[in-house]
Amino acid sequence: MSTPILSVENLSISFGGLTVIDDVSFIAPEGGRVALIGPNGAGKTTIFNLLSGVYRQDKGHIRLGGALIDDAPSRARIGLGMARSFQNIRLMPHLSVVENVMLGQHSRADRPGGMWAPLKLFGRSPARDEAEALLADMGLGTWPGQEVATLPYGIRKKIELVRALAARPRLLLLDEPAAGLNGTETAELMAFLDRIAGTGVTLLVVEHDMSLVRSLCDTAVVLNFGRKIYDGPTAEVQKDPQVLEAYLGPRHAGEDAHVA
Amino acid sequence: MSGYWAGLLTLLAINVVFAYGIYLAVAAGQLNLGGAGFQAVGAYAAAWLAFEMEMPLAVTIAASAVVTGVVGYLFAFPILRLKGVYLVLGTYAFAEVVAGVILNSDSLGGAMGMPVPTFIDWQVPVIAAAATALLCFYLMSTRFGLVVRAVHDDDLVADLMGVNVPRIRVIAFGIGAALAGLSGGLYAHAYSFVEIQNFNAALSIYVLLYVLLGGAQTPWGPFAGAAFFTLLPELLRAGLPALTEMLSALLGKTGVISTPDESWRFVILGVVTVLMMVFRPEGLITRAAIERLTHPRRRAKDTAVEVTE
Repeated sequence: MSTPILSVENLSISFGGLTVIDDVSFIAPEGGRVALIGPNGAGKTTIFNLLSGVYRQDKGHIRLGGALIDDAPSRARIGLGMARSFQNIRLMPHLSVVENVMLGQHSRADRPGGMWAPLKLFGRSPARDEAEALLADMGLGTWPGQEVATLPYGIRKKIELVRALAARPRLLLLDEPAAGLNGTETAELMAFLDRIAGTGVTLLVVEHDMSLVRSLCDTAVVLNFGRKIYDGPTAEVQKDPQVLEAYLGPRHAGEDAHVA
Repeated sequence: MSGYWAGLLTLLAINVVFAYGIYLAVAAGQLNLGGAGFQAVGAYAAAWLAFEMEMPLAVTIAASAVVTGVVGYLFAFPILRLKGVYLVLGTYAFAEVVAGVILNSDSLGGAMGMPVPTFIDWQVPVIAAAATALLCFYLMSTRFGLVVRAVHDDDLVADLMGVNVPRIRVIAFGIGAALAGLSGGLYAHAYSFVEIQNFNAALSIYVLLYVLLGGAQTPWGPFAGAAFFTLLPELLRAGLPALTEMLSALLGKTGVISTPDESWRFVILGVVTVLMMVFRPEGLITRAAIERLTHPRRRAKDTAVEVTE
């Protein structure tokens, strides 16, 4: 088997004596679609913050494409091939759609020529053309010049994903991509994510919506109280007694219940 | 050109350069309340080189920008670790320290001030203001400008997008300091005398007001703010007697009308400032306003698409 794109090894972190992530290991194979699930407070977002470098782990290692990235500062990680979206959309509200996407290109453009060449002043620029082409490719070419704050929630979710894609990541971390979306919007987002995964990008998805997890992801890692309790195919996850217990409590675990 | 208009134009040009200096810091999310300190560094650098070293004008003006830029750049490293109101206080303290140092240094004239031999009329400041405006429009149109605005909006996400946030802040602050210093150099030569008492806290507040009330979203804002607040007192100076006469006529008051006190200008200025804060909290000129002016039709079309979605 080839080197996994992401390999998390014995990761631990505690905040003021409270162990939030406890010895968690898992891998995401190249081109895979891995779900990271668990009840509230299980540590899913903490794992994301560790992966993207917002927090530093107390113990353990993170490898991206086989290379250790423990010491890479948070701003360097997107350039190493790991981009992320946020639980609550964190687009730049005063930037236009295309400007947000151009911000996503930053890790590839941060050199003197890219930094000080105008993006708009004298007509067009390669960076802007590329961003607009990416938006059009993803079916979002309608509003390049509009401030994102004025657009509907579902559209902004997609724009945030396109911004992450603009970095040309190998691994995309999605923190609850379907949160706050209605049924139609979720279905649209699913198709959108399918397309992204189709380009060969590896997905690591934190999500509560189990039907979305089942249809989007091949494998799932289940966390409970900061520990890994399951790691395997998504199809089997709801039959696992430990997972049932984590979600439903020990009393109901024996009943023929459906998770979420 | 009459002396009055030349003087007004000079003041306007100096204020525009000064406002752009503060704008670059504000655009990256740093309120710089030390404007007077940076302007003083530039003014004294130019004055000292002209008076003591007898340097030509081109050297003194350039030095005012370079020296202040270096000072601002070095000062930025420690100060930009501060956030919010602490940063405001830190920059304010910087201006106080500059004033204290100059006041106590004999070689810079102390409280007596220092004469500046080479006089410049309105042309040099106006050219400098135009060049400064062009530079800022250019900077804000580059990826650097995009990143500056991103840092202003959300520095954590900017960091995760690969932006070296501290570096961007230091560069924006340093270039801004250089421009504030340039405005000081222009000031020194335009008024032929520098006196540290003129670089006081009120000046720092005024220039920050130019930027905030003009609007920090686009490079149009500082120009509009500086122009508005430089010209408004003059308009009021000319218009106030006429205004009182008109009001008295309306109220049916007759007899001798005394011209109102000069200080009433500043009361009206204050009222206008408060009204602007209430009705245009993002400043006089915003990105949305420019978008509406330049693309009225595209905007309408977009809204239509949005509705059918």
